[in-house]
Amino acid sequence: MKTKPLALDQPLPPPTRPAEHLPAPSDWSFELVDQYHRAIKATAERFGLDTYPNQLEIITAEQMMDAYASVGMPVNYRHWSYGKEFIATEKNYKRGHMGLAYEIVINSNPCISYLMEENTLAMQALVIAHAAYGHNSFFKGNYLFRMWTDAASIIDYLVYAKNYVAACEEKHGLDAVESFLDSCHALQNHGVDRYRRPSRKTLAQELSERIDREEYAQRQVNDLWRTLPRAAAKEDATPEAKRFPDEPQENLLYFIEKNAPLLEPWQREIVRIVRKVAQYFYPQRQTQVMNEGWATFWHHKLLNTLYDDGFLTDGVMIEWLTSHTNVIYQPPVGHRAYSGINPYALGFAMFTDIKRICEAPTDEDRQWFPDIAGKPWLPVLDHAMRNFKDESFIGQFLSPKLMRELRLFAITDDEKQSELEVSAIHDDAGYKRVRESLSHQYDLGSREPNIQVWNVNLRGDRSLTLRHFQHNDRPLHESGQEVLKHVARLWGFGVQLESANAKGEVTKRFSVPAPG
Amino acid sequence: MQQIIDRRLAGKNKSIGNRERFLRRHKEQIREAVKRAIDGRSISDVQRGEDIHIPKKDLTEPVFGHGQGGLREQVHPGNKEFVQGDRIERPKGGGGGGGSGKGQANDSGEGDDDFVFALSKEEFMQVFFEGLALPHLVRTQLADVPEWKSQRAGYSNDGTPNNLHVVRSMRGALGRRIALGNGPRRELHAMEERLAEMRAEMQAEMQPGASDNNAVAEAAIQALVEEIRVLRLRVERIPYLDPIDLRYRSRIKVPVPTSKAVMFCLMDVSGSMDEGRKELSKRFFILLYLFLTRHYEKIDLVFIRHHTQAQEVDEQNFFHARETGGTVVSSALVLMEEIIKARYDPTLWNIYGAQASDGDNWHHDSGRCREILSDKILPLVRYFAYVQVAAEEQNLWDEYTHLQEAHRHFAMRKAVEASQIYPVFRDLFKKEGAKAA
Repeated sequence: MKTKPLALDQPLPPPTRPAEHLPAPSDWSFELVDQYHRAIKATAERFGLDTYPNQLEIITAEQMMDAYASVGMPVNYRHWSYGKEFIATEKNYKRGHMGLAYEIVINSNPCISYLMEENTLAMQALVIAHAAYGHNSFFKGNYLFRMWTDAASIIDYLVYAKNYVAACEEKHGLDAVESFLDSCHALQNHGVDRYRRPSRKTLAQELSERIDREEYAQRQVNDLWRTLPRAAAKEDATPEAKRFPDEPQENLLYFIEKNAPLLEPWQREIVRIVRKVAQYFYPQRQTQVMNEGWATFWHHKLLNTLYDDGFLTDGVMIEWLTSHTNVIYQPPVGHRAYSGINPYALGFAMFTDIKRICEAPTDEDRQWFPDIAGKPWLPVLDHAMRNFKDESFIGQFLSPKLMRELRLFAITDDEKQSELEVSAIHDDAGYKRVRESLSHQYDLGSREPNIQVWNVNLRGDRSLTLRHFQHNDRPLHESGQEVLKHVARLWGFGVQLESANAKGEVTKRFSVPAPG
Repeated sequence: MQQIIDRRLAGKNKSIGNRERFLRRHKEQIREAVKRAIDGRSISDVQRGEDIHIPKKDLTEPVFGHGQGGLREQVHPGNKEFVQGDRIERPKGGGGGGGSGKGQANDSGEGDDDFVFALSKEEFMQVFFEGLALPHLVRTQLADVPEWKSQRAGYSNDGTPNNLHVVRSMRGALGRRIALGNGPRRELHAMEERLAEMRAEMQAEMQPGASDNNAVAEAAIQALVEEIRVLRLRVERIPYLDPIDLRYRSRIKVPVPTSKAVMFCLMDVSGSMDEGRKELSKRFFILLYLFLTRHYEKIDLVFIRHHTQAQEVDEQNFFHARETGGTVVSSALVLMEEIIKARYDPTLWNIYGAQASDGDNWHHDSGRCREILSDKILPLVRYFAYVQVAAEEQNLWDEYTHLQEAHRHFAMRKAVEASQIYPVFRDLFKKEGAKAA
């Protein structure tokens, strides 16, 4: 394997100044896109951005909507929910409610970036810098992506998934497959290994193992549900004492794939497909702020550098800057357009701020960030990009100056109080609290309810018990009942869900009988 | 590696499969909406697409999420006046974050609006006419002007260059080369080996210096070399590709039986048919017309309108002309029979009839209608449907009721409101399989 390239301490020297700007008509052409791409690539290399090879694909708005609807992937299995997504996207787009996302980039090797036909040349340049160098280097560098996803094989796997699901539809009927996928999707967020690293398999391995796996899995399941006692004497000795699973398990889909008694082999394979796809997207969900911030920071830096080096015209600059400004706009709380913190805005501000701390630290910065204040900025940024996720990134790098600039404040909502309380604001007393609170807000563990497989009644009615561990006494949403029906469909027998508070007391129970 | 790929021409509508699945899933709602839509439409725009409303709750995919309550803290940007310790009234309804801040993974209470999307004209018509068919349609015998279908028929030895099947041809050439060349080639190898042996032997015997032996061996080698040369020439002369290798895709024309059909549309335009009734019968025929032209490629339509006299008219006149008079229903039936005799041989054609009237006939005529139908027309047609656009049952209705008992392929329904036309239409033309259900 190639060793990790060391981050540059300083940007490499600029190339000789070109005699004239790159041509800048508003319409793009393949030659021009290529020309801009080469200029951007050369500049990215000056900063030592390490990326997968790039593949730029020109597509139409309609194709963009297609890609958009199938969770941004170029291929995916068919499901009505993607159709719904597509219809909604199309409607919004046609009515002009929504500008289409002007870029989609796929974490694959080579890294595929979509350029929309309708974009002007300046926008194509922006997308190339943003997606093909920003996101791409993040995919390649960030530890979560390195650990959890396999960029080289994802497209192949999706093609396989698509064909497999299509074959199932043909064999078992559209309805059976559709309702089964519905159930799997309901548990998608609970089909992820959070701590154990998935094994990396090529598609060929996956395929060859599938048959063995089907047989083996069924054997295991049969074993588990053996009705004849293996040794009658032993069983008397441990009446009901043994729990299954021994430890609570958090990967519900994995547990179901391996242990659900009534699933047919094809159903187990579909559970596995949904699980694998969810696993692939898991890092993205944890690095929204960082990923967008990193890409935005780099398109800003790269294009500005190109301008300074004499490649870009003023017109091109104005055009992409307009778009850039829109993207990083953060409406304040109470504003009509406010809907939470804009990850682009926060991420961009943070990376820019880290660079500032390196280059021009104040006394405050020296006190808060003794490790990075005054150090060369390139390696510091590289380190931050590689080794953090949103939660830890904010916890580590959100500076008091930025909190003041964004005027961040924390509000506590306690059920037991009649009013909300402002628990901290951007002042000396509040910096730590605000930062902690914001960092926590990006912890997936606190965003999504923590639900685990608690017990299976092996000897009795075979019912499955899940347990919800409440976070700060936050209850489960009522829709849990609906989800539970899906769990019951997968499990094949009755399912209960106990919601337990911090003391371990069960405060609420949901239950669904065995599906008929 | 870096590349720019133009994908614009590749696979548009990748989502079409997903869209189909979406429509399939919500078929019931869509069918309802289509039915409702058609009732409210004027005749001229029956064919439009339609906006379909589906309640959002039917579309949500549930996931585990947090509900209201418990303790939580959220950070917001853009603080204007707050300092630590300020207390704010809890905003009513969803959210609960403060200001207009939304909660993170809850609030399904918000937005009970319907999910609205547009059904294209095609999709609309598909749902609209789904499950309908002309009853008892059969393939009649080969028509006198048979239709031809071009069909593949293996491979042939001659043909035009554009039909050349390269793989087949090359496979043939390879086979021929192997068949012709392998024997000599094996011989060639054997001879070459022998030559090498002999040369080695000669080399070994060189030292002692027995020149006689050497001369013999030399001659033998020479002979062998010559033989090898000839053989090699033979092998080389086997052509790489010979004209006899060439294979062409062959296509032949086969006659196909056709299911030719003709529909007679009989409409009453007499004085008793007021605007409302005419509108109803036109509605019925419009549906019939759309259905037939959409689903059957080869179908003839004959439009007959009648008051005291019947007249064959074109589509335009049938739907839009305003001529009127008294009523003699049998005139239309007589004309229909004449046209059948003149133009549509029942052995070649599937013949259908659809009649719309208010049932208000000159009373001596109704008996005659029955006679003509049962004796002359019904034996010739596959199906005959009668729609009465008025509620009162006059003598025509009574006479036809007798017919219905005697003939299975005669059907009659009443429709007195616009909203009944579509159900009646569906009822009359539902697929045969669906009848039992």
